[in-house]
This record gives sequence, structure tokens and C-alpha cells, in this order.
Amino acid sequence: MTPARWPGIGVGRGAAIGRVVQLAPPVRPPVDEAAGDPVRAMAQVRTATGAVAGALRDRAAGTDATTAAVLEATALMALDPSLLADVEARVEQGVPVTHAVDAAVERFCAVLIAGGPVLADRVTDLRDVRDRLVARLLGVPEPGLPVLTGPTVVVAADLAPSTVAAFDPRLVVAIVLELGGPTSHTAILAAELDLPCLVRVAGARTMPTGALVAVDAAAGTTVLFPDASVRAAVARRRTARATGRTATSGPGATRDGTPVRLLANVGTVADAVAAAGRDVEGVGLFRTEVLFLDRTVAPSEAEQADAYAAVLAAFGERPVVVRTLDAGADKPLTFTAGEPEVNPALGRRGLRTAARFPDLLDDQLRALRRAADRTGTEPWVMAPMVATAAEARWFADRAHAAGLPTAGAMVEVPAAALRAGAIAATCDFLSIGTNDLTQFVMATDRAAGSLAELLDPWQPAVLDLIAATGAAGRSAGIPVGVCGEAARDPLLALVLVGSGATSLSMAAPAVPAVRSALSRTDLTTCTAMAAAARTAESAAHARAAVEAMADPDLLDGR
Amino acid sequence: MPTRTAAVASRVGLHARPASLFVQAATATGLAVTIARAGGVPVDARSILLVMGLGARHGDEVVLEAHGEGAETALDALVQLLQTDHDA
Repeated sequence: MTPARWPGIGVGRGAAIGRVVQLAPPVRPPVDEAAGDPVRAMAQVRTATGAVAGALRDRAAGTDATTAAVLEATALMALDPSLLADVEARVEQGVPVTHAVDAAVERFCAVLIAGGPVLADRVTDLRDVRDRLVARLLGVPEPGLPVLTGPTVVVAADLAPSTVAAFDPRLVVAIVLELGGPTSHTAILAAELDLPCLVRVAGARTMPTGALVAVDAAAGTTVLFPDASVRAAVARRRTARATGRTATSGPGATRDGTPVRLLANVGTVADAVAAAGRDVEGVGLFRTEVLFLDRTVAPSEAEQADAYAAVLAAFGERPVVVRTLDAGADKPLTFTAGEPEVNPALGRRGLRTAARFPDLLDDQLRALRRAADRTGTEPWVMAPMVATAAEARWFADRAHAAGLPTAGAMVEVPAAALRAGAIAATCDFLSIGTNDLTQFVMATDRAAGSLAELLDPWQPAVLDLIAATGAAGRSAGIPVGVCGEAARDPLLALVLVGSGATSLSMAAPAVPAVRSALSRTDLTTCTAMAAAARTAESAAHARAAVEAMADPDLLDGR
Repeated sequence: MPTRTAAVASRVGLHARPASLFVQAATATGLAVTIARAGGVPVDARSILLVMGLGARHGDEVVLEAHGEGAETALDALVQLLQTDHDA
């Protein structure tokens, strides 16, 4: 086969080779499904439940005891006689078979939800059973990955972050998505896992299963049927990255010795443990919402305290910045559900959710205080989606009252950047979230991959607001961090430092390249780079201007 | 009708693995066994969804009921199972 090049937008800088596995999304009951003969329909349901349970038990055979127990319980759900009786009653009333399965499953989900929070994960398992049954009944492949046998490139239309988090990192080596955007939550997670990821690859779902494919995130290309030269190039990139990682180590600093803390973004205890094992100076963004997603009721204060303590303990003396629950219209939770919003990115989310459910915030702050006491650490805490100084003060007062002395505000809303001086006067530090800031400044949806050119943190308008925030922090004498994806681009990192950032937080695997770039550049050069980028007329010109000022070694191997 | 009362011994309560083991054992009796929270509505003990839906936690009392040949012996075995901590 001749190599075929499929362009896309790369996330991260990695490269990998593996075989294509297409990941199908769950199929929903078809709207035009006709009701068939009830007896025949029930025979199909029994065959499907048996097959689904059998497949789950087969999977259980190769796993550890805990996973096997969960899979066995899931298999029993598929075979549940009450569920089957409920489906049968519906089918006999003339409900089409997959709709009957769907409705019966939802009824039992309600039963489980009523049984208490401890059963919330079982609701997820039961819905997974439903997706498998519906797929079997319609004669399409079951959702989810098959059993993987070697290096695998997962190809899909789009993926949920929770799906990516469940991948076996020993076998899944890269992700190729037809949709998505470079700052979507899935792409960010892939970067954190150091999984090369390509988004917006047109036609990716037609890539043949089992075909060898080379994915190069830095070059933004996927090559199907790679020849020897492409394979060698990927191998070179992997070696170059591994070498770059070990070239410098320790705390981040510019060439002339100005310290810049290099921190990791983490979302789960597992992430934190992995990141703590790397050469990073702490955590600049601990996204606590991961603990809350897919839950039917909020995790208890004790459960939260356990999770936070595990993250704090992993980092010990190193600082950890905890972001309070960033959820709401954009990342809906069942227990904070409001009216559906037409424009969720601009709706009740982040701190606005906390303002409506202050108990949720107070529980979280108390849990964090407990975790701090237990681990003998002093975590910092910050609020997402702050728009006004009054909001920042409300949050800082509440955090201080909970016994957390260092409370900050994220600068993601343009209003917060424009009024950064007023906000800096109310709290103890600022942290710039470049992903949302870029989305809002450029009026470009983060999920709109086709507008990726606008959604670029190199846009001079974005850099202006970052510089304004940096200046405000300097005048107030408080730290200013950057915790968006912008921080992981080594060149842009220099601009951020030149704009007044005192720490940079990113997916942990990106830290070595940024450390290396800083170590080759003086602070005065960073400042000059920031000025040049801000006077450029476009994102591309800004980048070109900074490249021209950078140490040539820095540009090699990028 | 033969009935038994037992306290759930598993620390996680009657879900996950303890629920699987109980449902499998109840199914294996071949009898129509029911289980209820003390004073609650009995549900089919062969249904893992209904058994987990009881939300019975560690130490909660549950009432088992069955009839037919061998019901007494079957219930004794199920009580034994419930009174064992399967997370230990």
C-alpha cells in the first residue's frame, strides 16, 4: 500500500505508530423502529442478554479481582430477571424492542439512584449494558474497544474525556479524531497522558481497522500505511523528545536566573501520582470537577477530603493550587442542574454555580482544609470564571473563613483581565486560564475546530490581556500563573514570562521542553519577545516575530 | 412461609461483589426468594438491580422469604452468606 497522508490539528508534540482500531459511539434506539412480533422480539432480547453477559464474563477472566467483580455484577445486570420482565411487559404493549430495553433500563436506573450515592457508578454500568444490548439487537458492533493486542491508534468521531482516561496506556499509543478541537477537554487530557492526538482529521472514520498508521502530533499529520522513511522519522522524533526531556532538570528559571515555577495540571488522584513522579515543582491547576462528573449527588466532604489528601500527599512539600468546582452549564452535573442554556459557555458555570449552591463550595473548602491538616500541607485555592472584583472578594473571604489563607482568582473572562488591578486587590494570587480567555476574547467556541485559527493564544488581543494581568499582579506584588494550554508551547511560554507570568502550569509531559526553552533565554529577551508579539498584526506574525528572536537551538527538533 | 432476618456483614453494604454473590446464590436455589429491608417491600432476590436498589448498608437488617421444598435450608445458606464479610 502506498502511504496516504491525512492532515489534522496536532495536540502535543509526540509521535507514535500503531494499528487502527475504530471506536464506534453507542447507538441509540432508532426513531423509526417498528414494533415486531413480541415472542420473536423477546427471543432476540434473551439471545442479546446472554451474549452481552458472556462477553463481559470473558473480559473479566483476564483482569484483577476488583475489575472482575465489577464485570461480573454488570453481567448479572444484563441477565437480571426483573429487567427482562420489564422489557417483556413493554414489548407486549407494542413498544419496539430497543425502545423497550431503553425505557426498562431507565426505570432501573431510577431504582439505583434512589438506593443512594454509592450506586451511582452502577448506573453508569447499567447504561453501558443498555448500549451493548441495543447494539446487539440492531446487529451493529458493541460500543467500546475490543480486546487490544498491540500498539493501537484509536480512531473515532469524537471521544468523551472519561473514555480516554480509561484507555490502557501500555496499548493505546495515539488518538485520531474526526471532530473535536485542539483545546477540547479530550485533547487536553490526551496531552496530560502524553498521548499524541490529532483532531479535525477529515474522513478518519474511513481508515481501515487493523491498518498501520503513523501519528505525528507536532507535524499535524497521520500517515496511513507508513513506509520505512516515515517510520524512521517517527522513531527519530521519539528519541529526540526523550533526549530533550533529560537535557535540563530541576526548578525552572530563565538563563539569567529569574525563577519561573514549572507546574503540572492534574485532574485525578492517578494523574497527580503520575505527575508527582516527574520533574515538576508542584501543581498549578488541580481540576476538582473530575471527582464530581458522572455523579448523581455531590461526593461527601469526607470522600472529597480523601481525594484531596491523596493529591496533596503525592506532592508533599511542593505547592498545589486547587481549583474549586468548575461545572455548570458547560459541564452539567445532575445536582447543580439549572435550566438548559442556549449559550452554556457564557452561562451559569464555574464560580457562578458556587454562588447559586454555596453549600457545595463550602463543603469543598472544608474538605480541602481537612486534607491540608491531614497531610501537613498548605494548598492554595482558586475560583474559576471570576468576572468581577466583588466575585473574587466573595470567594477569597469564604476561603479565608474556611481556614485556607491563600485564595486566588482565575483570569479567564476578559472583564477580569481588563480589571485585573481591582481583582488583584481582593485576593492572594491570579491564574490566567488561556483556553477560556482565548475563547472569550476571540468570540470563538472552544469546540469549534473549524475556527482553530481564531482560537489561538498567539492572537495579539489575547496577549494584550495576559500582559495587562501580569502588570496588575506585579503592581499588587502577588504571583501570576498561567495554567492554560498556552503554557506548554515553549515559544509562547517565553512570551508569557515576558508578560509577567511567575509560574507556568501545563500537562506534565510538556514541562521539559518549556524548561529547556527558558534556560536558553534571558528575562530581557522574554520581555522583548512579548512586546514584539503584541505589536504584530496577527497570530502568525506574532509567532514569526518571536521565532526570529529565539535561540536557534530552541527551534531545532520542534 | 419460612422467613429469616439477617444483618448485612459486608462493609460496603449489599452492592458490588456481595450483591453478586447473594444474587447468584439466590438464583441457584431454584426458589422464588424475596428480600426486603426490615418493614419494607420485598423484592426478587434473583434481581441484582432490585437487590442493589434496596441500598442496604453494613449492619442493616434484611428479611428473606421463600417457600417450596427446601426453603428452610436454602434460607439458612443465604443468611450465612449475608452474615459473612465478603470484603474482608
